[in-house]
Amino acid sequence: MVELIVIAVSSCLVSNVVLSQFLGICSFLGVSTDIKTAAGMGGAVVFVITIASFVASVIDNYILIPLNMVYLETIVFILVIAALVQIVEMFMHKCMESLYSALGIYLPLITTNCAVLGVALTNAQNTYNIIESVVNGFATAFGYLIAIVLLAGIREHIAGNNIPRSFQGVPIVIITASLMSIAFFGFAGLM
Amino acid sequence: MNKYTERIYNGIWKENPLFVLVLGTCPTLAVTTSAMNGAGMGLSTTAVLMLSNALIAVLRNIIPEKLRLPAEIVVVASLVTVCDMLMEGFTPDLYASLGIYIPLIVVNCIILGRAEAYAMKNGPIVSFFDGLGMGLGFTIALVLIGALRELIGAGEIFGFHIMPSFYTPCSIFILAPGAFFVFAALTALQNKLKMPCATNGDGNPEIGCNGNCLTCGFMKPKKDN
Repeated sequence: MVELIVIAVSSCLVSNVVLSQFLGICSFLGVSTDIKTAAGMGGAVVFVITIASFVASVIDNYILIPLNMVYLETIVFILVIAALVQIVEMFMHKCMESLYSALGIYLPLITTNCAVLGVALTNAQNTYNIIESVVNGFATAFGYLIAIVLLAGIREHIAGNNIPRSFQGVPIVIITASLMSIAFFGFAGLM
Repeated sequence: MNKYTERIYNGIWKENPLFVLVLGTCPTLAVTTSAMNGAGMGLSTTAVLMLSNALIAVLRNIIPEKLRLPAEIVVVASLVTVCDMLMEGFTPDLYASLGIYIPLIVVNCIILGRAEAYAMKNGPIVSFFDGLGMGLGFTIALVLIGALRELIGAGEIFGFHIMPSFYTPCSIFILAPGAFFVFAALTALQNKLKMPCATNGDGNPEIGCNGNCLTCGFMKPKKDN
């Protein structure tokens, strides 16, 4: 149990997926213009990464490792994730209409989000079992949700500010991310 | 200038994937802690990009339209796996310091972007040179950013001591916040000098994706299906 909490805290806060591992930067910068959109994207990422890390871990532990085909991990994981996102999208569309209307448009974007493959590969590299993988996946994605919602909140506040011309647009957003990254360094004290 | 050297010039200068198109930002921020890591990442991406462009251009008439993306991903993932195993065998130190970012070359948007935008429409040889140009452009950009961060953050370039002995290295530059800061300063500089760049002003939708997945052209046709 303690191990699971350590995994969760470390992947959610201490080595935050965006602010210290630099995965999923594109959507972090691109889809963080307002809190509502950011929360939708973050929710979809939590949903997909949790399921994907479960499926990838099952495949890794019960198919690839027993058959001694660990070298196929990258190919298998990326295909499984792409197929999984499609299936989740179709399933949501048919059976969970309200959830689909909230998260649906973000789902296709997640296939190419490197955080999903990154988590699956991290789980495999650290030889996590299935429960540890799911906890790590959920916590990592939750860290993404925290980071993107915080950034969106800050962006809503700085939108009306007087920013030097050269820094308007993307540069000030990256500066904000840099300051957030310094702040997240503080969590290193937790471990 | 023939069409092959034109492709290389295009990749290194005119449409530099990092400075102009602003693609592949995740590996850029992650591996530019030193010039050496930047060079390793850039060259392995170049190798994958050249071969994936050439292979996809060879296969472009056989791949069915609907299976385009999965087929491209399989080609890229196979090449990345080969690259991953070669690096693990021959450059173990570099492999250890790049870690998970080697297999993540699969989802580097430069590779799928070039496959979609160029290799699916052109012949294998010219696509190979397009990959070479884009890869070298990416490598040069990574080495420049890596050298700058290493110089400020450790006083070294490629591991050689450059700065005078009284200089105290500002080590935050080789940590995570420094990556964001250097990248922000770079885009701000490009704004100031009005260089062609996807992040200039409101972003030019003609070049690069500006990171905004919601308005991405590649995503729209898929959603309609």
